[in-house]
Amino acid sequence: MKNTLRQVFRPGKFLAGFIIFAFILLLTVLYPLFNPGDPLAMIGLNNFTKPGTYVSVYDSLNVNRTFVFKLPDAAEKRIGSKLFPEDRETIKDYLTRLGLPEDSIDIDDTHDLMALWWNNYDPANQIGKTIAERRAYTALDNKLAGIFVSEDLEVLQYDPGTDEYVRKKMVTENDYVNVGDVANTIWLPLGTDNFGADMLKKLVSAIGTSLLIGLIAGVVATMIGLLLGLLAGYLGGIADDVIMFFTNLFTVIPGFILLILISYSIDQSRRGATTVAIVIGLTSWVWTTRSVRAQVISLRNRDHVNLSKLSGHSLPRIVVGDILPYIASYVVMAFILQISSAILAEAGLSMLGLGPKTTDTATLGLVMEWSIMKSAAHISGAWWAYYPVIIVIALISFSLNLMNTGLDQIFNPQLRD
Amino acid sequence: MKGYRKYFTRKILWFLITLVSAVILNFILPRLMPGDPIASIVSKIGGAGSNNPAATQAMYEHYQNAFGLDKPVIQQFFIYVKNLLRGDFGLSFSRYPIPVSEVIGNALPWTIGLQFPAIIVGWFLGNILGALAAYIRKGFDKVLMPAMLFLGGVPAFGMAIILLVIFGIGLQWFPFQGGYPPGMIPHMSWKFFAGIISHYHLPFWSIVLISVGGQSLGMRSMSIYELNADYVKYSRYMGIKDRKIVGYVFRNAMLPQITGLALSIGTMISGAMVAEIVFSYPGLGTTLLQGIRENDYPLISASTFIITLMVLTTVFILDIIYGLIDPRIKASQYE
Repeated sequence: MKNTLRQVFRPGKFLAGFIIFAFILLLTVLYPLFNPGDPLAMIGLNNFTKPGTYVSVYDSLNVNRTFVFKLPDAAEKRIGSKLFPEDRETIKDYLTRLGLPEDSIDIDDTHDLMALWWNNYDPANQIGKTIAERRAYTALDNKLAGIFVSEDLEVLQYDPGTDEYVRKKMVTENDYVNVGDVANTIWLPLGTDNFGADMLKKLVSAIGTSLLIGLIAGVVATMIGLLLGLLAGYLGGIADDVIMFFTNLFTVIPGFILLILISYSIDQSRRGATTVAIVIGLTSWVWTTRSVRAQVISLRNRDHVNLSKLSGHSLPRIVVGDILPYIASYVVMAFILQISSAILAEAGLSMLGLGPKTTDTATLGLVMEWSIMKSAAHISGAWWAYYPVIIVIALISFSLNLMNTGLDQIFNPQLRD
Repeated sequence: MKGYRKYFTRKILWFLITLVSAVILNFILPRLMPGDPIASIVSKIGGAGSNNPAATQAMYEHYQNAFGLDKPVIQQFFIYVKNLLRGDFGLSFSRYPIPVSEVIGNALPWTIGLQFPAIIVGWFLGNILGALAAYIRKGFDKVLMPAMLFLGGVPAFGMAIILLVIFGIGLQWFPFQGGYPPGMIPHMSWKFFAGIISHYHLPFWSIVLISVGGQSLGMRSMSIYELNADYVKYSRYMGIKDRKIVGYVFRNAMLPQITGLALSIGTMISGAMVAEIVFSYPGLGTTLLQGIRENDYPLISASTFIITLMVLTTVFILDIIYGLIDPRIKASQYE
């Protein structure tokens, strides 16, 4: 046993897969400790806020200690945060449409460009083919208003007693506050989803649920497959024929279709993550049955099994003591593959709108469905709402397959290098 | 010929058995589930407007009658089979009064035209890459194998989304919505055909890439098995040229890959269906999604049946091809 374990964990594919998988598993266990709370809580009121750190405007104005820094590129950055390179192109485009010679416009000279824009832009002058284009010009003009202004800002506070605004303080362009002094900041490494929930938190909780679904489905499928495979292989005869008939049948009838039919028939309110997992398990046992049966048939007439029979050992004892140890590696390999295919099946099912009910848990499939099918994040450019999910699904599947191949190389010496 | 006849008869029989089982499952699974399907359909269709009890009752009786659910189960089954044989799947709820068979008939050519070429191309590419990895080993294998494992782990819809975002939205090389240019009515013309081709690229390549991942790994293991076989060593000792041996090896390794394709075709088609949805491709996947979204039970039932039929037929054809090209099959029938 010890030797086998040492062999299995020898540096190689299995170890690599194991490390990736363990890392993902640890993430689902540890991350909620650092960031507790309901992963589906809608903390934001906007759809798909982009990743980054958000600082409360109110609190940063209320910080008492301000510092003065004179950074040489501060003004430039301030302009850059409003006037993007594509905006410069848009301006040039507008001006050339107005009839200005193209070589007179230098998009790199901000002051000249803006002067040209303010001199020439006229909301009444409807340049642009579509309403959307015209609106974009108006929006650009609004955005760029006051881009060079560097005068101080005055902060007023409303006093409900006197119904007046009281001057609170002046903010100059060189004032800074320490982010640590701001009472409320929030770090959203993956932004928020379409409901305004913290995407990373939701993703981590979804990974946990999906792994659980994989585990339950894998256990169910392995149990059924093991039992049927043992019965078919050891008993032979009619039992074998009947079991193999059904196994062959469900090998060709696509399990995913059965999954769709069963899931549709269960009302959505009753379709919890566990139910979906069990249904996936019920439709994916054929491979275990096949490989277990094949192994058992080759073991059935080995000497040690016959000896056990002659000694009068009971059937369960023979199966557990003399057969199971020999097929354990195959069962483990099939189990690993079933976890990964169950996670993929859940994701596919959820994309079709037949996943677990959506209110209380997130699964990887449901997160994909919310992002892609329900709110078209891929069209609107919210990459954080779907790329991480795809990568996580692929990584889980990859790590499990890597572990499986690694085991295969150890237990199937013919595949060794 | 006698061996073949026996093999084919057995395969045809097995095809029929699986077909009947699929029909039974398609019929029985939704009926086995707890709850009253008609009540749920009526409440879903009626929605907020169904506060008139008499109307609800009338609707309930209408559907009970339409599905024949007031009759005994056995009789229901025969009505179901009779309708199936006539290609009658009933009327679609969501596209009333268009018959389901027409909706399916419009979607089927798109799915077949997209999925089969993609799966076959993916299968060939996968086999070539897998065989190369097994033969060259060393660096090529070390890089290719993990890459293929990763590729095989990406869900089909994920690959579809990645291609859509990069090549459809980012680079704008190909259109990514639908199967033909919007606003065009399907007809025979070069312009329409060119539109189909440009819409074809992204769904096609996403399915190809997914298939390559899974198939190359199978071919790699098979080729390694064969390369270690005794006949290879023997041929080497005989001094037969390496190139010739490789030819034998790959022919032998390809054969099980046909069975491998037959065994994985169900999963591949199911995965490709979800990829279709991402592109709103007008095939069966999108039809199925529409059925699920609009609670169009006849449409769902017909879609799942046709997909199963497609898988069963493909497996059957692959079995026949396998029998024709592997002489051992014929020989084994004489036992």
